[in-house]
Amino acid sequence: MVRKMLTGNAAAAWGARLAQVEYVPAFPITPQTEIIESLAGWFADGALTGKFVTMDSEHSMVTAAGAAATTGVRTFTATSSQGLIYAMEALYTVSGWRVPFVLVNVSRGLSSPITLGPDHNDVLAARDAGFIQIHVETCQEVLDSVLMAFRIAEDSRVSLPVLVNLDGFFLSFTREPVEIPNAKLVQEFLPAFRPHHPVFKGSQSVAQGVAVLDGAAYSYFRYQMHRAVENALEVHEEVAEDFYRLFGRRYGALEEYRMEDAETVLVMAGSFSTKGKAAVNRWRDQGRKVGLVRLRLIRPQPAAELARLLTGRKAVGVIDQNISPGLGGILYQEVAGALASTSDRPPVMRSFVGGLGGKDISPAEFDRVLEVLDEAKSGEGHVPCELLFTDAEYKQVRTALSVAGKPLEGRAS
Amino acid sequence: MKVKGEFFKSPKDIPQEEELSSGAPLCAGCGGLTTLRLVHKVLGEKVVIVNAAGCMTLMATYPYSPIRSSWLYTTMGSVAAGAQGIRDALDIRRAKGELQEQDDMKVLVLAGDGSTYDMGLSATSAAIHRGLDFWYLCYDNEAYGNTGFQMSSSSPFASRTTTSPIGKEEPEGTFQEKKDMFEIWRAQKPPYVATVSSHEVVDLAEKVHRSLAMKGPKLFLALAVCPTGWGFDPRLGDELAHLAVRTGIWPLKEAVGGVVRHTVIPKRFLPVEEYLRPQLRFRHLFEPKPHTEALQAIQQRVDHYWDQVRKDEGGDNQAQLKEDKH
Repeated sequence: MVRKMLTGNAAAAWGARLAQVEYVPAFPITPQTEIIESLAGWFADGALTGKFVTMDSEHSMVTAAGAAATTGVRTFTATSSQGLIYAMEALYTVSGWRVPFVLVNVSRGLSSPITLGPDHNDVLAARDAGFIQIHVETCQEVLDSVLMAFRIAEDSRVSLPVLVNLDGFFLSFTREPVEIPNAKLVQEFLPAFRPHHPVFKGSQSVAQGVAVLDGAAYSYFRYQMHRAVENALEVHEEVAEDFYRLFGRRYGALEEYRMEDAETVLVMAGSFSTKGKAAVNRWRDQGRKVGLVRLRLIRPQPAAELARLLTGRKAVGVIDQNISPGLGGILYQEVAGALASTSDRPPVMRSFVGGLGGKDISPAEFDRVLEVLDEAKSGEGHVPCELLFTDAEYKQVRTALSVAGKPLEGRAS
Repeated sequence: MKVKGEFFKSPKDIPQEEELSSGAPLCAGCGGLTTLRLVHKVLGEKVVIVNAAGCMTLMATYPYSPIRSSWLYTTMGSVAAGAQGIRDALDIRRAKGELQEQDDMKVLVLAGDGSTYDMGLSATSAAIHRGLDFWYLCYDNEAYGNTGFQMSSSSPFASRTTTSPIGKEEPEGTFQEKKDMFEIWRAQKPPYVATVSSHEVVDLAEKVHRSLAMKGPKLFLALAVCPTGWGFDPRLGDELAHLAVRTGIWPLKEAVGGVVRHTVIPKRFLPVEEYLRPQLRFRHLFEPKPHTEALQAIQQRVDHYWDQVRKDEGGDNQAQLKEDKH
């Protein structure tokens, strides 16, 4: 075991290296590129054997990844933002092949307008693609989750690609102390890939991805995929247990933070949960009973666990780092859905949208969330999502609009 | 003139073994299917066919497949990337001793002109650039056939498709020229590029066989006669394939290491009308009154092509070409 200061990108690359990946089809995109550069170097100097190949697009890259996994080699790839949605057709295509590989997405806001800072609209656009989704908070969790992802993907009950999501800049380019697990222990945790599915070889005839033109058979296969993603809940638990036994770090499908007697709960995902936890600590110091639930497994949704954690609380605020125009926060809907058929639902549930395109969520904005949750009454009916935005930021945007010759003065704002 | 076969002298020399069984749910008279059948015979059984969205996608329809080899349907735009993933994975498994030599496979992309000329071109160009060791069979029926025959960038000038219909403002239908895919591939210097015809079976088999020893990207561009899209009786399929060659509209050629030679040159070139007239997609060039200008333009382009061939290709072909000029 070695302890090093690693960026999230380096941690992702180290995860792939320790997993002894054999094939990496790649394509550069900010802020992910450091991952594939690291891997390219390791293939070049022999630390990894197999092949690294620079593809012509993410659409091609994901197709090649799926095709290689179908042929029976351990495959890893990484992308971000525009790349993930450029690959969207291929994501759906390769998950239907029911083969395992791992894709790291480094979250970044989507164009237009084009931007570089992180939010989760990219990764959540892929939430229905049949990939397992693990959203991580720290650089250590990046590395650990890549290793766990291979175990989950390659389990015969799942046999699907797994996407590990980390936030651009806040994790991708931020160095944190990371324990690099011992390679021998990793081999014990994650033995060499032995495919459960039929692979392409000369002595057997395999037809993969064939057209299914009748609705009944199509429904059967799609529902089977749904069940396989659901199976990943149980598999994740087993894998997390093994991981804890060997490496001493425990990961749940959800992370509970100071939830023991919490009356008010924040629900968040990704690296901004760290900011949420800081707010919780501050409020706890003030004697407030507040906790936080971090969504780690987004697919499958740990719905029962989520309901168990949130029922009986007084107020729940979901902070979405994404926006579905015309709906609001995406994860709010998912959390509300998990609670819909419970009898002891929190009387107050509110949706907040913050941190779009990497905008900070400041302590003042967290205080605003708590204030709204405190003042909200039960039975208010539909309340639109609230955008977290400070006065200073508003001023900054107004200045930019003036410079662009479109001042807000005299217009409804 | 036909280039003398080194491996195949007559159709009887082509392997008897069938890699495709009967009952494929494709149109009667599909030239693409005949071509695949012939190509596959020469490639042998250890093949994984990587398919792009198109007519042939319906060949393997759950739970049936007429293919004795293996099959992977990918997408319309990334079929060559699918081939890359499989080839690389086979190589990795071979290198690690997980796959025996007898279990190795040839990777064959099977794509129509929609994927080949349009959506998949970027991914294919990249695969050629990477020197991917694969065979690429394009069944070119000169339009998006599976969706009901819409114009592709392979649709020839003055052909009618459902999205380049005939009207007062557009009397030719398709006014663009067909993309030259042979030359687009050749520009990237792959080891082998060839055009083939389902009629000239010995020429086709010979070319596939010649490519077997070559490592890298290998293109087989096949004119796929299409009864449903082109509008002719399926019985006439082979005759039309023959006419496309005899009129000089579909030149049979190959480029080995970039050097082009024509492999079948008609003794006497027939006028292009002979090929165009039987097809509904060209009917407007003859009825209600002849569209002389368009017909002349097509003939001139064909003549110009072969004039250029006479200039470019010396040696054995030269004498033959002079003699064949009609």
